[in-house]
Amino acid sequence: MLNKLLKRSYLGAVYLFLYAPLFLLIILSFNSSEFGTKWTGFTTDWYLKLFNNGTLMDAAVNSFLVAVSSATTATVIGTLAAVSIFRFRFFGRNFLMTMLYIVMMSPEIVMGISLLILFMTLNIPLGFQTLLIAHTTFSLPFVMIVLFTRLSDFDKSVIEAAKDLGADELKTFWYVILPSIAPAVVAGWLLSFTISMDDSIASFFTTGPGFEVLPLKIYSMVRLGIKPEVNALSAIIFVFCIILVVIAQFLLKERKK
Amino acid sequence: MKERNLFQIVTIGIIAIWLVIFALIPNIMVFAVSFMERSEESFIKAAFTFENYRAFFSSMYFSIFAASFKMAFITTLICLVIGYPFAFILARSGSRFKSLLALFVIIPYWTSALIRTYAIKVILTTNGLINTFLIKAGVISEPLNMLYTQGAVVLGLVYTLLPFMILPLYAAIDKLDTRYIEASQDLGASRLQTLAYVIIPITVPGIVAGCLLVFLPSLGLFYIPDILGGAKNILIGNLIRDQFLNSRNWPFGAAASNILTIVMAFMLFAYYKSVRAINRRVL
Repeated sequence: MLNKLLKRSYLGAVYLFLYAPLFLLIILSFNSSEFGTKWTGFTTDWYLKLFNNGTLMDAAVNSFLVAVSSATTATVIGTLAAVSIFRFRFFGRNFLMTMLYIVMMSPEIVMGISLLILFMTLNIPLGFQTLLIAHTTFSLPFVMIVLFTRLSDFDKSVIEAAKDLGADELKTFWYVILPSIAPAVVAGWLLSFTISMDDSIASFFTTGPGFEVLPLKIYSMVRLGIKPEVNALSAIIFVFCIILVVIAQFLLKERKK
Repeated sequence: MKERNLFQIVTIGIIAIWLVIFALIPNIMVFAVSFMERSEESFIKAAFTFENYRAFFSSMYFSIFAASFKMAFITTLICLVIGYPFAFILARSGSRFKSLLALFVIIPYWTSALIRTYAIKVILTTNGLINTFLIKAGVISEPLNMLYTQGAVVLGLVYTLLPFMILPLYAAIDKLDTRYIEASQDLGASRLQTLAYVIIPITVPGIVAGCLLVFLPSLGLFYIPDILGGAKNILIGNLIRDQFLNSRNWPFGAAASNILTIVMAFMLFAYYKSVRAINRRVL
C-alpha cells in the first residue's frame, strides 16, 4: 500500500514538474500586473494587445502558411513513399530508410546550417520557399513513421484481391489502401503542422529578414525579458498544440483495440 | 507489371530525389566546407586545410566544448535518473488510465520547446514564483539570482528534454516480457538483482535511444542558454550559430557542426549494436 502511494507520488511529482510551469504561464497571461508573479486581478488586456500587434499577427499568418504547406507537402510525398516502401522490395530500400532515420535523428542545427549552405550556394533567396523546403524535410520522417506503424497491421491480401478484381495501382491506392490508413495520414499531417508551427532552430537559419515566423518573433521578444503579451501568446500556442496532438493521438489509437 | 513499376518509380523517385537534394547533398557540403578557408566576399574559399579542426584545441574554444559536453552529460544523467523509474512505474502499472497518462508525456514532446523554456524563465526570474514564495515564507530576504547560471541552463535542458528520455524508455519497458522477471524471481534473485541483471540489460536499447535523443539536442539547443544562461554558459549550438550569423566563419562553424554529427554517428552505432544484441527496436 505504501509502495503504491510512493509510486503514485513519484509519477505525480514528475507530471507536476512537466506541467506546472506551463499552467503558471497560462494563469499569468490573465494577470493584470505587468511585472512579476503577484496576482493583481483578472484581465484579458494582454490578449487584446496581442491581436492589435500587427507585426506579430503577420508573423502568425506566415507561420500558419508555412505549416499548412509544408505539412501538406510532407504528407503527400510521405504517404505515397511509405505505401511503396511497405509494399515493394527494391534496390536502395534500406538506404532510403537509413536516410530517413538520420534526418530524424540529426540535430536541428546541423540541418539548419546545411540547408543554409545549400541555398546560398544555389542563390535561392531566403523566405517562404526555403522554409517550406526545410520544414517539409524534417516533417517527412515523422509522417512516414506514423504511417509505417499503421501499415504494419495492414493485410496485404486485400491488395491482391483488389488486383484480381481488376483495379490498377492508382485505384488500389485510392480506393483500398488510402481509406484504411486515412486516420494515420491525418494524424501525420497534424503532427507535421505542429512541429512546423513550433520550429525555431531550422527556421532561424532558413528564413530571411523579409519573412518572419512566430517562433522567431517570440524568440526575439523572450530574449529581452518577460512580457505579459508573450505569456498570452504562449498560452494560445500551447493550448492550440495540445488540441492538435490529442486529436492526432486519438486518430492513431482508434483502431488498435 | 508495367503499371506497378510506374507507381513505384514515381513515389519512390520523389522521396529519393527530395532526400538526396535536401538532406544528403547539404550534409556533404557541410563536410566539404569544414576543410575550406573563410572568405570575406563569398563566405568560403576553395582550399584544403585542417585549420578549422585544429582551432578546437585553442584554449578559448576548447573550454566552450568542454563546458557544453559537461552540461549535456549532466542533463542526460539527470533525465535518465528521473526518467527510468518514471517510465518503469508507468509502463508496469495496471492502471485504467495508463494510455491517458502516457499521452500526458507525449504532449510536451510535440509542443514548443521555446515556450517551455520561457516558462522556466518566468519561474526563475528575480520576481518569479520561487523567489516570491521563498520571501513570503521568510526563508530568504533578498531574491536569489537563479537566472543566468549554469544550473538554470541545465534545468532548462532537463525540462525541455525529459519527455525525449521517457518515451523510448517507456516503449522498451512496456514491451518487456513479464515472464523474464518471474523466471528471475523463481530462480531466487532478489528484486535488486532482477533489476540489475534482467530488466536493465533488456531495456538497454531504450536507454541508449533516450540518451541519444537527450544528449544531442543538449549540445545544440542554442536558445536555452540565450534565454536562461546569459553570455557565459553557452553550448556548441551557440558557437555554431555565431559562426554562421555573426563572425561569418562558415568553415569553422561547419567543423563544429561535424562534431555533433560524429557524436550522433557514435550513438546511433551504439543503438544499433544494442538492438542487435537484445533484438528489440524502440525507435
